[in-house]
Amino acid sequence: MIHFVLLISRQGKVRLTKWYTPYPQKQRSKVIKEISSLVLTRGPKLCNFVEWQGYRVVYKRYASLYFCMCIDPADNELETLQIIHHYVEILDRYFGNAYFILDEILIAGELQESNKKAVLRLVTTQDALVEAAKEAASSLSNIIAQATK
Amino acid sequence: MDTVEKIVEDFASDIAMSPFSSGTRLRDMIRAIRACKTAAEERAVVRRECAAIRTAISENEPELRHRNMAKLMFIHMLGYPTHFAQMECLKLIAAAGYPEKRVGYLGLMLLLDERQEVLMLVTNSLKQDLNHPNQFIVGLALCALGNICSAEMARDLSPEVERLMRSREVNTKKKAALCSIRIVRKVPDLAENFMALAASLLKEKHHGVLISAIQLCTELCKASKDALEYLRKNCIEGLVRILRDVSNSSYAPEYDVSGIADPFLHIRVLKLMRILGQGDADCSEYMNDILAQVATKTESNKNAGNAILYECVQTIMGIEATSGLRVLAINILGRFLSNRDNNIRYVALNMLMRAIAVDVLAVQRHRTTILECVKDADASIRKRALELVFLLVNDTNVKPLTKELIDYLSIADPDFKGDLTEKLCSIVEKFSQEKLWYLDQMIKVLSLAGNHVKDDVCHALIVVLSNGSELQGYSVRSLYKALQAYGKQGSLVRVAVWCIGEYGEMLVNNVGMLDGEEPVMVTESGAVDAVEIALNRHSADATTGAMCLVALLKLSSRFPSTSERVKQIVARNKENVVLELQQRSIEFSSIIQRHQSIRSSLLERMPVLDEASYLVKRATATQATISADKLAPTVAPGGLKLPNGVAKPTSAPLADLLDLSSDGAPASTTTSTTTPNGFLQDLLGIGGVSTGTTGVPSIASTDILMDLLSIGSSPSQNGTPGQAESKPVHAVPEAIDLLGSLSSTTSVSETKPTHLVSQDMDLLDGLSSSTSVSGLEKTVHPSITAFQSATLKITFDFKRQPGNPRETTIHATFTNLTSSTYTDFIFQAAVPKFIQLKLDPASGNTVPANGNGSVTQGLNVTNNQQGQKPLAMRIRMSYKVNGEDRLEQGQVSNFPSGL
Repeated sequence: MIHFVLLISRQGKVRLTKWYTPYPQKQRSKVIKEISSLVLTRGPKLCNFVEWQGYRVVYKRYASLYFCMCIDPADNELETLQIIHHYVEILDRYFGNAYFILDEILIAGELQESNKKAVLRLVTTQDALVEAAKEAASSLSNIIAQATK
Repeated sequence: MDTVEKIVEDFASDIAMSPFSSGTRLRDMIRAIRACKTAAEERAVVRRECAAIRTAISENEPELRHRNMAKLMFIHMLGYPTHFAQMECLKLIAAAGYPEKRVGYLGLMLLLDERQEVLMLVTNSLKQDLNHPNQFIVGLALCALGNICSAEMARDLSPEVERLMRSREVNTKKKAALCSIRIVRKVPDLAENFMALAASLLKEKHHGVLISAIQLCTELCKASKDALEYLRKNCIEGLVRILRDVSNSSYAPEYDVSGIADPFLHIRVLKLMRILGQGDADCSEYMNDILAQVATKTESNKNAGNAILYECVQTIMGIEATSGLRVLAINILGRFLSNRDNNIRYVALNMLMRAIAVDVLAVQRHRTTILECVKDADASIRKRALELVFLLVNDTNVKPLTKELIDYLSIADPDFKGDLTEKLCSIVEKFSQEKLWYLDQMIKVLSLAGNHVKDDVCHALIVVLSNGSELQGYSVRSLYKALQAYGKQGSLVRVAVWCIGEYGEMLVNNVGMLDGEEPVMVTESGAVDAVEIALNRHSADATTGAMCLVALLKLSSRFPSTSERVKQIVARNKENVVLELQQRSIEFSSIIQRHQSIRSSLLERMPVLDEASYLVKRATATQATISADKLAPTVAPGGLKLPNGVAKPTSAPLADLLDLSSDGAPASTTTSTTTPNGFLQDLLGIGGVSTGTTGVPSIASTDILMDLLSIGSSPSQNGTPGQAESKPVHAVPEAIDLLGSLSSTTSVSETKPTHLVSQDMDLLDGLSSSTSVSGLEKTVHPSITAFQSATLKITFDFKRQPGNPRETTIHATFTNLTSSTYTDFIFQAAVPKFIQLKLDPASGNTVPANGNGSVTQGLNVTNNQQGQKPLAMRIRMSYKVNGEDRLEQGQVSNFPSGL
């Protein structure tokens, strides 16, 4: 399973974290620090896997962002790389909240949906729900405002 | 800088204008934080934001909750504490609208995890949302539950999730299936509830549902044997069908990844097949065809295809495949290994490691390529390859492989040298067929990477040397040559210096030449030169320095002509800042100057080290650090009845003791010799284990020093330890004037009892410590029996220190209850952090049989939480009965109250 997902900038700033295995807050910062120092120092042509505390970290750099996923040693590293790419492609098509997209791709550290369009559809539908709710709220407050005038 | 100031000003004005709102928008806050140039600025911005959010929370403004939560998530990601907002998450989740819930759940998953008690409060909201008519709200709840649920929540909400797996909505179904994975991981007992449902989902068409269901099946197989059997019977056909459909399917744009239809589904089916086929010939038989098809037809020019092939090979290796299929898999591995892509080579090495169990010969065929991978520029690949090489070594290929690895050692990356050296040493130790080869390889490794060689490896080498009298001459000469060339390698220096000290005359006189060995021309002073250089170069390292001093002392006796020079070199260290070296220097000067008559017998060669007992010791030490469970054989005779004993005397005594001290308890004075590097210290009696008091060497190191000087082994010779027994029991233990006694004219002397000085180990003149305790102190507390077993009894007498009420002096008396004498008796104690403990040296290390006299030892205990917490102590006694090691331990908790 995937234990956590980290997005780190080239400068070592964290952009997204998602934990599927519980780590206390202190541990989390430590993990982030360790992983970024491991991953950011690796040269460009090396393989995309590093070993860390008995786990494998699969990482890939897209522009100035490093996508890192920590998996069990028995998991398929190449596939994890493919999952990262899957995520990135969807992010690329839909510029929005990376968390909501991730939640449509992974649950409990396992893959949920291999169809990119399905993920896109789901996220946009839910965004539309939010928009609709907001409009309803504002029109409601307009009505109330007019009624109380 | 200007912009930052401006932003900070903006913030200030924002807050000034609207003191009750949280001011900025999310985007503005992120911008402000990113604009910060220093960590202090960032902290200031975050502090201000958090303050505003707290105010908003206490004002209970629902409109801002949404935005505040988003901000908090960002702040949390930067590593700042956000626990104060946990209740806000719950409020948002409990709200009616979708937007609030969405942010609330996101916050819940990020800001909380299963260990927080607040999480229990959300169970009810989750239950309601799982029953919500809107599928997206159900989806949110399932997602959160799947990511962070605890065992309790899993139990409570499992029926809801089961029901949702039967839902008509595919999105709900797949989320519920994944959520069940978490539930089964948390509560494996629930696995049976899900197996029929999971199997029925495999009939679906939707890939998302299939993937989720297959993963659930995989998890169920891991959790329960019954589920595994059930799924073997019921879903193998379905799986084969899914895999056939997906691999034969024509182009499907929705699932296409570089020309392959849904590699993710492929991989997950293959993985489940591996679990089902493992150890089951019928199942495996059923899969053979489709596996062969996937292995031959999958394109391998893109990552997606390789990922499938990788999984397929693993499955073929894992199940009871036909030999033809195995050959196919091994061939794929061979192709992978010669691939230019580092990722592919990495997984190939990984896979070969697993294949080794199935087919060693097939893996051996790739040995040369694997060896090349050890030299790769990529650390990950090197590491994998090295581990694989290690597994491939056998008696026939050990010599060429070792040569290759040693050749590479000289140019290896400094970071990698540690791993490489460790593996090399263990290969050499494990597979050496002749001693000469072993010595040669070890000397090479020490020369090239001596700074990375572990102490226990060096020690093993010394033990072998000590036992191999025919090779001692050759070794000391080789080491001397190596020392000249590689004087900076710490371990090499230690081993070489030790050998020069022990076998110096073989170096100078070329004793025991082997065929074809070139003689070396070293003069007596040349040998001293070598050690002196080492001493100067490594004086910062106490162990090496100490070894050099011992070697010099020994040389002064072997080569009388150098005696004067050695004296000067030794004397130079009298003011060394390293206490250990200073002490040795003073002691050794005294030996050289004032004890000429006994010097030569004192500095004789070390007796041959016992190989067997060292191996046992080394194994125990390693075990103790890994898992102390296997320690049982070394632990005390069976049938112990310990009044104060630990509940499980066989489990982890050492680890317990070590744990206690590793808690950072500065007080614990366990004179532990079980650490892997303990041996070198044993060898030298270095005070690395000395009790915190300065100048008083711990009993353990003293013993060893006596061993080293070969005077302490037979107590009757100088009357040192055994004296205690014949003393009138006056509770005033005598000082052991070890070398003071040597200064008297006869070499066989009596100890002079010194009154009022309790257990003072006056090792050498001028080094006496003053741990004297007034003997007139009144005993306020009754004595206790701290420990009693069938073999040993320990009583504690207490004396309070008038100056410091927290401090107590314990006088421990050890009595032997059996009919055989205990030798090498060592008492160790460890205490909790709040207690400080100082152990004085014992009155002796031999406990006579049948309670016929006893050994005493003083302990000084300071309880920093007196009145709040009682004294407590763990104790361990090690001794020898007829040369056999014994170990007993216990816990003392019956200390009189008020100490």
